[in-house]
Amino acid sequence: MKVHLSHPTRDVVIQGPKRVAEIFKELNLLPEAFLIIRGQDLITEDETVADGDSIEIRPVISGG
Amino acid sequence: MRCRKCPKRAVLGLPRHNTAFCGDCLTEFVRTQVQRAIKTQQMFSPEDRILVAVSGGKDSLTLWEILLKLGYRVDALYVDLGIPGYSSRSKEKVVQFAKMVAEPCGSRLTIHTVEEDAGAGIKELANLIKRPTCSACGTIKRYQFNRVAWQNHYNVMATGHNLDDEAARLLGNVLQWQEEYLQKQSPSLPASVEGFAKKVKPLYRMTEREIAAYAVVNRIDYLVEECPMAKGAKMLVFKDALNRLEAESPGTKQRFYWGFLDRQEKSSSVAPSMSQIDQTTLQPCTVCSQPTTAGTCSFCRMMVRAKTAVK
Repeated sequence: MKVHLSHPTRDVVIQGPKRVAEIFKELNLLPEAFLIIRGQDLITEDETVADGDSIEIRPVISGG
Repeated sequence: MRCRKCPKRAVLGLPRHNTAFCGDCLTEFVRTQVQRAIKTQQMFSPEDRILVAVSGGKDSLTLWEILLKLGYRVDALYVDLGIPGYSSRSKEKVVQFAKMVAEPCGSRLTIHTVEEDAGAGIKELANLIKRPTCSACGTIKRYQFNRVAWQNHYNVMATGHNLDDEAARLLGNVLQWQEEYLQKQSPSLPASVEGFAKKVKPLYRMTEREIAAYAVVNRIDYLVEECPMAKGAKMLVFKDALNRLEAESPGTKQRFYWGFLDRQEKSSSVAPSMSQIDQTTLQPCTVCSQPTTAGTCSFCRMMVRAKTAVK
């Protein structure tokens, strides 16, 4: 699957299928600081992302 | 995961409430929480004129949208800081939101451009006066926000500060024992003296993640990109620390900040109020007349230093 990340903007490829919670663990990210978006929709940590899917892991923390 | 309120698929889990919501129920939850914040903290009523400070980010645009949906009389102010690239992208998001969402509801946007007023963008100004960019930025935004509110007869100024912002700020203030700043950490600060509008933070009950989720669900097109000046900011370190605690013990941020507010309220009968303190310490600035603790306010002093440095 293709994973789009921000700060800095980059794309990484991860072997699927995988649950969102496992993707967070693999990328060493805190779920509280991100949203997962597939297409235009949010998905929860228990959902499985297929190998051919593209997702965005969007940071929600701002420094202001 | 299923929504806990209806049979639909959930889009967000909320561990601090041990629940999960679909898009529609999340929208209802967030708007209810904001309305509760407005009522319990006596922030404003439908008769008040509210000015919301917008940056193009998720919090301020979401706040503007929610206040419109709840039927309040709200307009917005955007301060163009002149940060190369970033400011034009953030302004574009704000202008687009104003055109597509706010203006059809009768709400208008005011834009203040720092460069037109001060002759330089924020980074150049901060260099001229040898102050950190974020500090100069805060002084300018607070000043212009209050000036526009006061001159245009808005009696309430609203900002998009959320639970993460307030918990992180509280952590920073407690770590440094900055007691004078603790007094100002209420989500609703009164219009204590002539020249100040009331200041409120209607999103203080919501986490950043919940607000971002609301923005995505409601197709609010905000700027995801972080301000380049915020890189390495202490607030980000405090937020990360709190999120690590939150992961271990959901509800930590809420208990920390709301617990502080409870204690503050209990001590309010014995300690002097913010209004009483302001009335004894603030006086009109000798240059611009905005309330200040010094003879000349920090904004006017900054402008004098910037102009002297140019000469």
